[in-house]
Amino acid sequence: MEIIRIVGLGLLATTLIVILRQQKPELALHLSIAVGVIIFTLVLSKVSDMIDIFQDLASKANVNMLYLGLILKILGITYITEFGVQICKDAGENAVASKIELAGKVFILVLAIPLLSAIFDYVVKLIP
Amino acid sequence: MDVGLIFKIAGIGILISVLNIILKQAGKEEQAQMLTLVGVVIVFTLVVRLISVLFQNIRGVFGF
Repeated sequence: MEIIRIVGLGLLATTLIVILRQQKPELALHLSIAVGVIIFTLVLSKVSDMIDIFQDLASKANVNMLYLGLILKILGITYITEFGVQICKDAGENAVASKIELAGKVFILVLAIPLLSAIFDYVVKLIP
Repeated sequence: MDVGLIFKIAGIGILISVLNIILKQAGKEEQAQMLTLVGVVIVFTLVVRLISVLFQNIRGVFGF
């Protein structure tokens, strides 16, 4: 059971971080980053399997692979952004966190603009 | 992923805080400061390597 490993890892790391935070807050922050990365990597292999299944389903349903790739890219940007934002918020830097969030939103919008223009093209074609 | 890295970072942190207390008691404030800096840099290198691995994995999975 992977989940038991992950929860145990999280509890252990939390204990160590609480011990470290009284003496050295900066090292406690690094420890929390490391734990976040390790848990994320453990989950990522499962996500990869799931994405393979989705791609299989999409190719069976004749969905354009371009759109699925776009969705996956946006998902990846969201995960990375959220990771950074949570760490910044943990360290009490709310200003930096909201800037990272803004950057993530802008990049997602940039990726989504081709889709939006495609939809507008369809709408324009429908109007006689 | 190796869980040993967490113990490594926590161990470095606890060791440095203990050494810091000893140095402060001995009246060597600036050396204690330097020790803190060195500890942060060492841990930072470990964490940066980890983050680079993570970003490469995300790139591989989500097809960037």
